[in-house]
Amino acid sequence: MSHISARPASLPPISLPRRVTAHVAHLLILGLFLIALAPLASLVVTVVSRGWSRLDPTFFTSSMRGVVGAGGGALHAIVGTLLITLAAVVISAPIGIAAAVYLVEYGRGALARALTFLVDVMTGIPSIVAGLFAYAVLSALLGPGARSGLAGALALSVLMVPVVVRSSEEMLRLVPSDLREAALALGSPVYRTILRVVLPTAAPGLVSGVMLGMCRIVGETAPLLLVAGFTDSMNYDLADGRMATLPVFIYSQWQNAGRDHVAYENRAWTAALVLIAMVFAMNLAARLWSSRKVR
Amino acid sequence: MTTTIISERTSIAAQRIEIADVSAYYGSFTALSGVSMTIEPRAVTAFIGPSGCGKSTMLRAINRMHETIPGARVEGSITLGGESVLDRRVDPVAVRSRVGMVFQRPNPFPTMSIRDNVLVGVRLQGRRLSRSDADDLVEMSLRAANLWEPVKAILSKPGGSLSGGQQQRLCIARAIAVKPDVLLMDEPCSALDPISTAAIEELIANLRRDYTVVIVTHNMGQAQRVSDATAFFTVDGAGQPGRLVEYRDTTTMFSRPVDPRTADYLAGRFG
Amino acid sequence: MTIAFSDMTASPTRTLGSSGRRVSRFFETGSRGVAVAAGGVVILALGGVTVFLTVQGWPAWTAASGLPQNASSLWALAGPLAFGSVWASAIALVLTAPISVGVALFLSEYAPRRVARVLGSVVDVLAAVPSVVFGLWGLMVLAPMLAGPYAWLSAKMGWFPLFSGQSSATGRTILTAAIVLSIMMTPIMASVCREAFTQTPQALREAAIALGSTPWEVIRLAVLPYGRSAMISGCMLALGRALGETMAVAMVLSATPGLVSLQVLTSSNPNTTAAFIAQNFPEAHGMQVSALIALGLVLFAITFVVNAVARRVARPRKEA
Repeated sequence: MSHISARPASLPPISLPRRVTAHVAHLLILGLFLIALAPLASLVVTVVSRGWSRLDPTFFTSSMRGVVGAGGGALHAIVGTLLITLAAVVISAPIGIAAAVYLVEYGRGALARALTFLVDVMTGIPSIVAGLFAYAVLSALLGPGARSGLAGALALSVLMVPVVVRSSEEMLRLVPSDLREAALALGSPVYRTILRVVLPTAAPGLVSGVMLGMCRIVGETAPLLLVAGFTDSMNYDLADGRMATLPVFIYSQWQNAGRDHVAYENRAWTAALVLIAMVFAMNLAARLWSSRKVR
Repeated sequence: MTTTIISERTSIAAQRIEIADVSAYYGSFTALSGVSMTIEPRAVTAFIGPSGCGKSTMLRAINRMHETIPGARVEGSITLGGESVLDRRVDPVAVRSRVGMVFQRPNPFPTMSIRDNVLVGVRLQGRRLSRSDADDLVEMSLRAANLWEPVKAILSKPGGSLSGGQQQRLCIARAIAVKPDVLLMDEPCSALDPISTAAIEELIANLRRDYTVVIVTHNMGQAQRVSDATAFFTVDGAGQPGRLVEYRDTTTMFSRPVDPRTADYLAGRFG
Repeated sequence: MTIAFSDMTASPTRTLGSSGRRVSRFFETGSRGVAVAAGGVVILALGGVTVFLTVQGWPAWTAASGLPQNASSLWALAGPLAFGSVWASAIALVLTAPISVGVALFLSEYAPRRVARVLGSVVDVLAAVPSVVFGLWGLMVLAPMLAGPYAWLSAKMGWFPLFSGQSSATGRTILTAAIVLSIMMTPIMASVCREAFTQTPQALREAAIALGSTPWEVIRLAVLPYGRSAMISGCMLALGRALGETMAVAMVLSATPGLVSLQVLTSSNPNTTAAFIAQNFPEAHGMQVSALIALGLVLFAITFVVNAVARRVARPRKEA
């Protein structure tokens, strides 16, 4: 702003009201920015300071089985989050990328338009609705009340697929049509052109799209609360029975706090710290990956 | 030392292209109308003419690359060694493995090494090569493209690391590695500097011994230097279809054009 | 050295109608089939959301008993909840809109480019914080912090209808929930606005600068008018997100069943649809499950409309 006041003396001055308005606007905008950052600062400070107390080996090596009051850990929830996220990625990545290939390489007409429209709509679907959908599908297939890690992965896939389709589509469209033509002119069938030329060229972008989708789902709570349920025990079987996850662990520690509620709260904060660390690590990895690609 | 790149099975006659009454359409627009010509084997034929005259469209029809453009359609007959190219029952993939193409802008595959760029056509066609066969194929194709000496030590580097002219020669090596009968070149030098252009022109002169080469060019001098026969296409005005006006051996074409439109075009270009 | 290619590999026969053609066609069709199938699966799954929610929630639409909270009909249940969702989101939008525009303007107009890049990713980090963590923070840190100011507000400003009534001692009111929502919405809206602001045509900017404008006048003359539709579409996107937000509200808000009230400081607050579903689903059975699924369909319909408006607003800009 200094250039407003530091003007050569020979030029006419800017009127006082205009200068004041400019300064006030500058300060106001800076203030709004700081207001936006304040909660983040408070949140980070709280999560770290309160999560610190239970950041001990026990937290990472034991479940909550039979634990009342202090002690116990979130190993079952960490394992559950990893398994369910991985399963969701395994479901979403191939379907999402293949659908994007369809849109870019083959898609014309009604099917492509329907697909684009639905992906658009689903990008904004509330996560709890995705959870209800997974529940509705499973109870139609397996009878009511079924809860499992796989159901959770299915619900998360509903949220992840649109993200993967969108970003993969963008990446595939960035592959120059020169390369497709060159491959076709060499006598390549279309499918080999896609497999050997288009997909490898777009691969870094496709990977960062999948990572982006993963970041979207790893902290999801509501759908998992509905269909994966909650348990205090270890469960390595995605297909069978309730499976704990870190976000649901946080919720249930607060929701079902016993008499010694500080112990429950501390576990919740530590789980929040671990979860945020996971999410940030994934975000960072995705960012580094895509900046590497640019270079 | 001569390196002859020619499959002994292929007779010269199998490399002759007959074009009969070919018209091309983009949607409802007629881009090219009633072209008939015979392209002689193992010679260089140049297509010249103003922008929009349909010469590139004609070129792309020969290996059915026009089908990659939505709405594009070609009628008439094109035969290669007596076999119909445009026949619906013929797989365009089979056509393209016999009729290679080099594009205006060099387009090596960025994810692949120089070596893999040469071999990619064979692999894309689903054929397998032993390691030593692959080595031989890489060396011969690169030699035929006058690129072996500069790149033999850096075969594992990415194709994009070469200069523009070298990239274009790599693309030519890539096209001849699949052993085509015909090489189509769509303004192969228009994105290159004069020195690289000279290198490519020299290469084309060599390729003529083994391949039927068809080249689209905007550069009259280039057509005169490299081609044995020249076809002049023109278009009467916007919205009109392009037509083949005159087709004869290059020397005659440039010294004594018959059609006044050809004479005007050549004079305009040189005047 | 003379080597013929034919020495090296047995190549396929050189006729155009080669036998390899059928195999190639097979794979061609097959791979196309895979891609079409993937597209079809996505369409079925995504389109199936409406179908399954309708079918599974069907019994609840006509039921008169067995509903959660002994509601007399689904409408009696859905109405107040829909109100709560819209009310909380509307307050959040009022809070988040100026802050997001401020953040976007600061990053695009005032901060040096390098600083803007770093701070921009800090704002994006906010978007990555899981909602359950926001819930925990809102519940245990923000709400107690706000209880004091709420008491003051209701004492001094109680004449204003929204601030009337006995203020909550815990701070877990709908205003607190809306504040948490607005914190979560800010990065979404800010990034939409920031993108539009930085794309303000240079010619437009220079025209304003050449008139001797101060930075603020450049914003008013060039940046804000250009970014108007982006701001609106950012608002709608943020609104859609807020309407569907579940955990943060479920944890922060201390709700009273079936309540419709505009008071924002009291301890009795309307609940939101999404939070209600999450709170009741784990214990629900039979008709209650159907009712919750039907509520999900209602929520889906509301967010669908909001997102459709956001898209429609955003589109003309894209085409221009």
